[in-house]
Amino acid sequence: MSAPLLKLENVTVQFGGLKAVSELSFEIHEGELIGLIGPNGAGKTTVFNLITGVYQPTAGAITFAGKSVIGHRPYKVTSRGIARTFQNIRLFASLSVVDNVRTACNMHLKHGISHALLRGPKFINEEAEIEKTSRELLEIFGLSGECDVSCKSLPYGDQRRLEIVRALATRPKLLLLDEPAAGMNPTEKAELMKLIRFTQEKFGLAVLLVEHDMKVVMGICQRINVLDYGKKIAEGSPAEIRCNPKVIAAYLGKEEDDA
Amino acid sequence: MFERSKIILVVVLVACGVASPYVSGINPYYYDILISIGINIILAAGLNLVNGYTGQFSLGHAGFMAAGAYASAWLSLSYGDALGTSVWATTTAFVLALFLGGVVAALSGLLVGVPSLRLKGDYLAIVTLGFNEIIKGVIQNAEPLGAQRGLGGMVQHTTFFWTFAFAALTVYVVLSLVRSTYGRGFLAVRDDEIAAEAMGINTTKYKVLAFVLGAFFAGIAGGLYAHFKQFIHPEGFNFMKSIDVVVMVILGGMGSTAGVCVAAALLTILPEVLRYVSKIEALPHWLQQVAENRMILYSLLLIILMLTRPQGLFGAGALKKKKA
Repeated sequence: MSAPLLKLENVTVQFGGLKAVSELSFEIHEGELIGLIGPNGAGKTTVFNLITGVYQPTAGAITFAGKSVIGHRPYKVTSRGIARTFQNIRLFASLSVVDNVRTACNMHLKHGISHALLRGPKFINEEAEIEKTSRELLEIFGLSGECDVSCKSLPYGDQRRLEIVRALATRPKLLLLDEPAAGMNPTEKAELMKLIRFTQEKFGLAVLLVEHDMKVVMGICQRINVLDYGKKIAEGSPAEIRCNPKVIAAYLGKEEDDA
Repeated sequence: MFERSKIILVVVLVACGVASPYVSGINPYYYDILISIGINIILAAGLNLVNGYTGQFSLGHAGFMAAGAYASAWLSLSYGDALGTSVWATTTAFVLALFLGGVVAALSGLLVGVPSLRLKGDYLAIVTLGFNEIIKGVIQNAEPLGAQRGLGGMVQHTTFFWTFAFAALTVYVVLSLVRSTYGRGFLAVRDDEIAAEAMGINTTKYKVLAFVLGAFFAGIAGGLYAHFKQFIHPEGFNFMKSIDVVVMVILGGMGSTAGVCVAAALLTILPEVLRYVSKIEALPHWLQQVAENRMILYSLLLIILMLTRPQGLFGAGALKKKKA
């Protein structure tokens, strides 16, 4: 097997007296779809924030494509090829749908401020190109009809989809999805599962999926890591996880021994 | 090659140049108002980049204006004739002094921008306000800059052309920036800083850039002001002046350059219109008396405008129209 794309080794983060994540290790290889599940407050989103540079780990190592991401600001981590969506939708509210995607192309700009001011032919070509790729990307995800409306006016499910499109516009190698199914009804969830699988295959991505909804995770993930109180309690295929007693205990509570 | 916004800029510049000799012949009182409008447009459009588009609340714009005004005035007084005494030479010296004034202001913008980046909202406002007072305080104690006596004796180089040429340039720069993919970063920082970082946008760089550019144009405006009034005094750049510019930005609609320019013009004219109304003999006596309290009336109009159009004159209009 090739070297892992993302590797977490004994990652620990401490907020005051609380160990939000402790001694966590796992790997993601290219093209894999990995799930990260756990009960409320288990530290799933914290893991995302550690990988993307929002938080810095107290101990341990995080490497992406062979290089450490520790100590880098989030925008640097993104430029290395890690993109993410958010648990509570964070679109650029005042921008139109296509501009949300366009903004994510920002870091790939070959021309900087001087070109934006001089507006030469190179600049105009590049702007046209970005506009075109943004619209194409939106079309792939069935949002081409809404390109020019305000992103706030999109229905909830479409806003989630737009977040994924925006993340893809940064041309990532690894996509982190933070509870994409939150607040969706069963039909929307089924569509989302199809969408995630489609995205992964179409763009050849590795995906790390944090999710609450068991059906979604079990349905599409190749491997699943289970967190509880910041510790990894299990790792394995969906079938293995489903009957792991530790996981059942964490989610449903342990049966009390009769005293 | 000749892209539309560049053509518009050139047309406006030529129009300003052609109109300038005619305009300078009008009643000096109107001329004064006209130039003030131009200077306020530069100030407000520049501040709009910081407060409106990037969402950073700066209350120190007059401080940057002072930095530019004093730097360019001092340069003109010391080296105004360094290039010779012909019209061309002194005009070149004036434009150079303006630019250097802008650069000095931009540097002070960098100085306040970098350390204040960790601050948000009210806290940033207080720091920039403090910075405004510091600049004023330094000037008040600087003998070469005339200290409390003020600085005078500059030649009146500022004309209709220079004022509105720089106003057009400011509007061009701000609009080309925020409409480009590069400049969408400013709006992304305003809308959601965390998401902006996650999309690969260096939020620090954008915030500093907004501060530096805003300060640069404030410095230019200061230089134009100094070379128009031919006398500058530290008190002219106190935080009330900063508030005036902030009001223009808010009234025009945060992040709407057209609105901000209209508001800058409107707020410059309004007090003068009220002054005029109070002098009209034909009006009933009580109305004249009401208009005489023009600063109260002015404030009242501001309150009414904010209550009826909280988004500003032009604010948040562009997207809504498309939705409908």
